[in-house]
Amino acid sequence: MLETLLYNSIWILPLLTTLLCVPIPREKEKLIKNVHLFSGFLVLGIAVYLTIQLYFLSLASPVQGSVSVLRFVTELPWLQAINAHYFIGADGLSMLMVLLTAVVVFTGMLVSLNIGKGSKEFFALIQILGTSIYGVFMSFDLVLFFIFYEMEAVCMYLMIAGWGSGKKDYGGKKLTLTLALGSAMILAVFFGIHVESGIHSWNILELAQVKLPETFQMWAFPILFMGFAVSGSLFPFHFWSPDGHSAAPTAVSMLAAGVMMKMGTYGILRIAIYLMPEGARFALPYLVYLTIFNVVLAAFIAVRHKDLKYITAYSSISHLGLIFLGIAALTPVSLRGAALQMLSHGFLTALFFAAVGMIYSRTHTRNILEMGGLMKQIPFIGVAFVIAGFAGLGLPGFSGFIAEITIFIGSFENTSPVFRLITILAVLSITTTAIYILQTANRMLNGALPGRFAAITDAGPGEKTVLVLLILCLLGLGLFPAPVSDFLDSSLAPILENLKR
Amino acid sequence: MTNILGYSYWILLLPLLGFAVNALVLGNRFPRAAGIVSTLLTGGAAVLTGILVFGSFGTNPQAQVLWEFPFLRFSETFAASMGMLFDPLSAMMLFVVTVISTLVHIYSLEYMKHDPSSGRFFAFLSLFTFAMLGLVVATNLFQMFFFWELVGISSYLLIGFWYQKPSAVSASKQAFILTRFADSFFLLGIVLVSYIVGSFDFATINSLSLADFSNSFIQLGIAEFSKAQGLAIGALFIFIGGWGKSALFPMHIWLPNAMEGPTPVSSIIHSATMVVAGVYLVARLFPFFMLHENILQLILILGIVTALFAAVIACTQTDIKRILAYSTLSQIGYMMFALGALGYTASVFHVFTHAFFKCMLFLVAGAVIHQVHSNYLSSMGGLRKKMPWTYVCALIACLSISGIPPFSGFFSKEEIFLATLQNGHPVVFAFALLTSALTAFYMFRMFFLVFHGNARTQFEKPVKESLLMTLPIVILAIFTVISGFEKNIFAEYLVPPQVTLPHTGAHFPWIPFAATALSLAAIILAGIFYVSPRAQIAKALDEDNRSRFYKIVAHKFYFDEIYYAVVRQFLLGGIAAFLKWFDNVVIGSLVKAATFVFQKAGDAVRAADTGYLPFYLGTLIAGLLFWRFLGNLPL
Repeated sequence: MLETLLYNSIWILPLLTTLLCVPIPREKEKLIKNVHLFSGFLVLGIAVYLTIQLYFLSLASPVQGSVSVLRFVTELPWLQAINAHYFIGADGLSMLMVLLTAVVVFTGMLVSLNIGKGSKEFFALIQILGTSIYGVFMSFDLVLFFIFYEMEAVCMYLMIAGWGSGKKDYGGKKLTLTLALGSAMILAVFFGIHVESGIHSWNILELAQVKLPETFQMWAFPILFMGFAVSGSLFPFHFWSPDGHSAAPTAVSMLAAGVMMKMGTYGILRIAIYLMPEGARFALPYLVYLTIFNVVLAAFIAVRHKDLKYITAYSSISHLGLIFLGIAALTPVSLRGAALQMLSHGFLTALFFAAVGMIYSRTHTRNILEMGGLMKQIPFIGVAFVIAGFAGLGLPGFSGFIAEITIFIGSFENTSPVFRLITILAVLSITTTAIYILQTANRMLNGALPGRFAAITDAGPGEKTVLVLLILCLLGLGLFPAPVSDFLDSSLAPILENLKR
Repeated sequence: MTNILGYSYWILLLPLLGFAVNALVLGNRFPRAAGIVSTLLTGGAAVLTGILVFGSFGTNPQAQVLWEFPFLRFSETFAASMGMLFDPLSAMMLFVVTVISTLVHIYSLEYMKHDPSSGRFFAFLSLFTFAMLGLVVATNLFQMFFFWELVGISSYLLIGFWYQKPSAVSASKQAFILTRFADSFFLLGIVLVSYIVGSFDFATINSLSLADFSNSFIQLGIAEFSKAQGLAIGALFIFIGGWGKSALFPMHIWLPNAMEGPTPVSSIIHSATMVVAGVYLVARLFPFFMLHENILQLILILGIVTALFAAVIACTQTDIKRILAYSTLSQIGYMMFALGALGYTASVFHVFTHAFFKCMLFLVAGAVIHQVHSNYLSSMGGLRKKMPWTYVCALIACLSISGIPPFSGFFSKEEIFLATLQNGHPVVFAFALLTSALTAFYMFRMFFLVFHGNARTQFEKPVKESLLMTLPIVILAIFTVISGFEKNIFAEYLVPPQVTLPHTGAHFPWIPFAATALSLAAIILAGIFYVSPRAQIAKALDEDNRSRFYKIVAHKFYFDEIYYAVVRQFLLGGIAAFLKWFDNVVIGSLVKAATFVFQKAGDAVRAADTGYLPFYLGTLIAGLLFWRFLGNLPL
């Protein structure tokens, strides 16, 4: 019971904090920030506690059959006219994604302490953004899911346009409008699912037990898939992400690349494939061709870019491609790999953007050609960036390696020639990743230090906390992958079971 | 014996601890303490290894897994684990790695004393030792790849240790990316083989029989192969990993460039341990590779080509470390073609002997560089009197690598020669003999130019040989003298598991005499060129007035330039630039076109918003009539 309450509080607490801060005058910046930080820390603590609880609960009773076993469930009637419920619960996948979000939100707040004017609004928006992302991962009702899903794009726009840099208006609009396009596709299919199921329900677990008509699935699945793929920046809908990320303030980049992009892949796993397995089996062998761009080609594009945030954005596109490959292959191992990569890349890219943001706030340039020798001046950030780079190129010991090799082994198990070919290309393209990462790190950190950077200082205690926390997450997942992987299995089993029908 | 088995994991943990303590606590604040801690911990690992290896002598030559724990499960029957395999091969490598690492640590205490970031150096050195040990004791392909990559990254960190130096940075990048390219094939091979076999375990993979796989098929994207062929492709891919790591032709270019790192790094990584990882990989999976004759053939040819090619280049180099680097390439070629010629024991024996004398040669080079502050032969000469201990040790090492009895290189090279002839590769044998003579020539060219003749640099105060730097060299010299006599132990224990090698039993008693005579002749020739009263040293060191052929060789056959053209111009300049253009222009325009359509559609709809009531009514009626015609409305 307590756990259920705590679980609900994960998304309610940020909202409450925001309300609490409304009466505080904006001059008391420090107080506001501390309240928000405390609440972020509290949510993180709750998420950690619940994850541990849930892990042991799921060990105690393994999942059987195609019904997801949810814990910490709250189900209340809500919009009774359309039979939508307030229905939230947790299983391995959603719990871990919530934990990831909590980490990224907390670290995102920590790096935003120097955001400057309007920090009251900025922190409020981070909290609301956090709420919406938590909500997406927690809800098992399509209407509720969609409402949370939509909230996030709006917050993003406000934050990018308000606190961004460079072409912030353009980047913000591009991001929000493209995501809105995806949402439209998603909403249309949700209605279709509701109607076609014939059970007058929005409940994902109930809908999963209904076999939707195959003719419906044939066209609805690709639309839903592409709708979600927009936020996962699958080719050809990847174009919003480089401009969006580069215009966004650090915390938003971290949240967008770290968590929000995974909402798309999460939706595909949890809704598209779970509810429409026949459509998935039919359409994914064609849709998988799109991942070639992400996995193989985006890395090459990253090599050519000189702007740190563009490089990181294309690196994200490329890593996200592996998630899509893992999902599309539809084998037990590849789906687990995809889920692992969702987590791993969340921590990884948050670390990347955090480090990039810290460097940018000191050098006021993101062009790597204008930097050099920073390792001497800011060793802590420099080392963190290098570690992020190593984790990004799949160095064993960090989570990326575990996720990638699981995806490779899993997608190779799909016997169709397409998957074999793409897997082979994906494995071989790990070299390209190494090229752009080393090139960037070397250019930025090594060599001679330009005179104008002689006065910059290394990370402060808050920033150090951010970097260390994220690195520990990467290491933890990379060195002890077995528990996480088993935990994920418990929630992927029902999806796989449905695929067999 | 049983006691130490229970603690064997400390062999890996101690260096890891050294890394952690230095990276997190001591670091650059207490560089001296960092060095001592690292050295002591690595020394501890060496002592434990010694107890483990010598304690198990003669008791149980079988492979045993000392400990193993599951790491990552893929399915019910298919999982990756981490463990410690203990068999004669891994015992030999454990011994070599820990002993050499300890000696290099001791040497570095002095060598890196004046470097402000020597704490970082020792942290990386310990990390490397840990990674290499993990690789050596791997029980399965997954673990091997795991540590293989760690070895790669620690090598990257050490080559680029002086990160303010652009040449070091670019050398480290080149080394990492080139070996990474090879590793991507390795990974692919692991995926392929483990898919077919359903396991990563060496024991399983080494006991396969192709007959079980010839009747089932596997789709590989472009075509369908029988699983036996699939295994052959997988074996090839796995070998490519070793090809890159061991810097075989034409993926050799990173190794000479890696000499930009501090000399102790060259000594441990780029001569004695990491670069033999490829040899170790093939040896570890030898029964598996034996199933695929074509791949053995490839290993044979690559090995001999690398051996000869590198030896030729070494004759023209003037940087002492580069000479040694090419000699390493050449010696690794020996190990490889020995494996290709089924000379498993000979190859492993050569790994063992080579490790000591090559490590020593680099330490000698380091001591010399410490003395003259230059890598170039043109600043050396006449160092014999200033560095007597180093001089004697260097002589032992040079004699050993040239294959002069009774030093260790003689014994292992004889075994290799014998193996090639016994298994019917006379052409390879002939080239090997030629390479051996070249080796003697270029090693003594270096030796004479460094230690004999007149000093070409005048020092104000020559550095005295310090204990910390000379002691490891002397110890290695002792190893170089005695390690050749372990021949019988190798012949008895270091045989490939699970397979029997063909035994022709043919004897060629003339080989040692011929090889030694050739080497001696080459040494005398080098003497005539470089120390005899008539030697024209200035001309020998002049790089400009040379024949065209000499210049091509001295420029290493322009391989660096070819690589540069392919990677920079073609891959990054061509393909990647095209892709960026495609993304920016083509996709960008499509997005713009889409927004344009939306805007125009919006304009069109707004045009209909006239506010004129008759217009609305008229449209409504027209619409209803239209639907009526379609028969869809019950009007």
